[in-house]
Amino acid sequence: MAKRKKEEILHDHNNDGVDRRGFLKCMAWAGTGALCVMEGGILKSYSLSRLGEISAREMAGELSFVQISDSHMGFNKPANPDVAGTLKSAVQKINGLSKPPGFMLHTGDISHLSKPEEFDTVDQILKSANAKDVFFVPGEHDVLNDDGKSYLERYGKNAKGAGWYSFDKKGVHFIALVNVMNLKAGGLGTLGHEQLEWIEDDVQHLKSSTPIVLFAHIPLWSVYPEWGWGTEDSAQALAYLKKFGSVTVLNGHIHQIMQKVEGNVTFHTAASTAFPQPQPGKADSPGPMKVPAEQLKNVLGITDVNYVQGRNALAVVDSTLA
Amino acid sequence: MMTKSVCIVGLLATVMVATLLLSAGSPGSSANTAEPASAEVKVDNFSFGPATLTVAVGTTVTWTNRDDIPHTIVSTDKVFKSKVLDTDEKFSFTFSKAGTYPYFCSIHPKMTGSVVVQ
Repeated sequence: MAKRKKEEILHDHNNDGVDRRGFLKCMAWAGTGALCVMEGGILKSYSLSRLGEISAREMAGELSFVQISDSHMGFNKPANPDVAGTLKSAVQKINGLSKPPGFMLHTGDISHLSKPEEFDTVDQILKSANAKDVFFVPGEHDVLNDDGKSYLERYGKNAKGAGWYSFDKKGVHFIALVNVMNLKAGGLGTLGHEQLEWIEDDVQHLKSSTPIVLFAHIPLWSVYPEWGWGTEDSAQALAYLKKFGSVTVLNGHIHQIMQKVEGNVTFHTAASTAFPQPQPGKADSPGPMKVPAEQLKNVLGITDVNYVQGRNALAVVDSTLA
Repeated sequence: MMTKSVCIVGLLATVMVATLLLSAGSPGSSANTAEPASAEVKVDNFSFGPATLTVAVGTTVTWTNRDDIPHTIVSTDKVFKSKVLDTDEKFSFTFSKAGTYPYFCSIHPKMTGSVVVQ
């Protein structure tokens, strides 16, 4: 059963005539980690254990940023009774990078129960990072009680709709999307008509050579729909990006590292800074996974992304907190 | 003789009344009891158990979240809606009209269930 599901993911493509020879899927567990370098639409991945063999030029870039995800501040169950401590470890790891990142992306589930004090704690801890700017998108845990009003007041002052926005950094166009609102019974994540129209308009005037980074909480590809790990209308969003040579999609939600390349699009999910979740279909439910305390930091982590201008390449490096 | 049989009938009547009173007083033993009906749904492992619950009109259904992750109980037809239930928190709703009430967890919409009220 589980094996069949894995095959489904392998062959889950857009039916868009993309040459499947270029199709590459790598799935790396936090604890092993992978460095991925994309150049001209082709992704190369290296095990973190082989980092010494990769040249500095391949790892360096004119733009580097870090993705963190799923802090779940307020969670205190056996899977991790100290989520503040592991978030602090993530910040230490970021501050220990050889080159300080330009900024950070947080791909949602900042809090566990949308409480103001939970957001306060995360904001306080992130202040000690050497990257000052943090760009957020909400997870479903951040918009629990008031349809996201308090989230928007705190993080979305300049955002549109339920909190979507875009910005440019050194020639790379970043698009922050919200797919955790108005979820329907039996359904997956959803972007909705208004946001889809905005995406189409947002990228209309960009040159096709512009590298695009899309980030949202729930994966924008079908990781495992049986557990709700996918977004109903993501294919429509990606259709608007077909003309671009380099599209990178960064997500959280599933608390584990996964990567997939389909044509011009590289999909990547980040580890949680709080607790791990099981592999798709490998447990009765996607609930928090309890691992021995000494192993916890091996399954939590951060993602470091480097962009080399002029090469259309983004290198994605996952690090564990260990 | 007459007096004695009246006494026996009287005694029997007393015993019968006492028995009726006792059975009415014992909890849940009679269909005529005035006690309100109740039923439970457990939220466990990202699912509702039982997924379909059939109850009589007037029954109060209580959901209890047994997961380490918060869930909600939201009627698809907007008849009822819980606040966010953290671990071990409960939500109750009394069904006063017959019908089928589908519901889901608005945080994890793959979790669906229904209450059939007859």
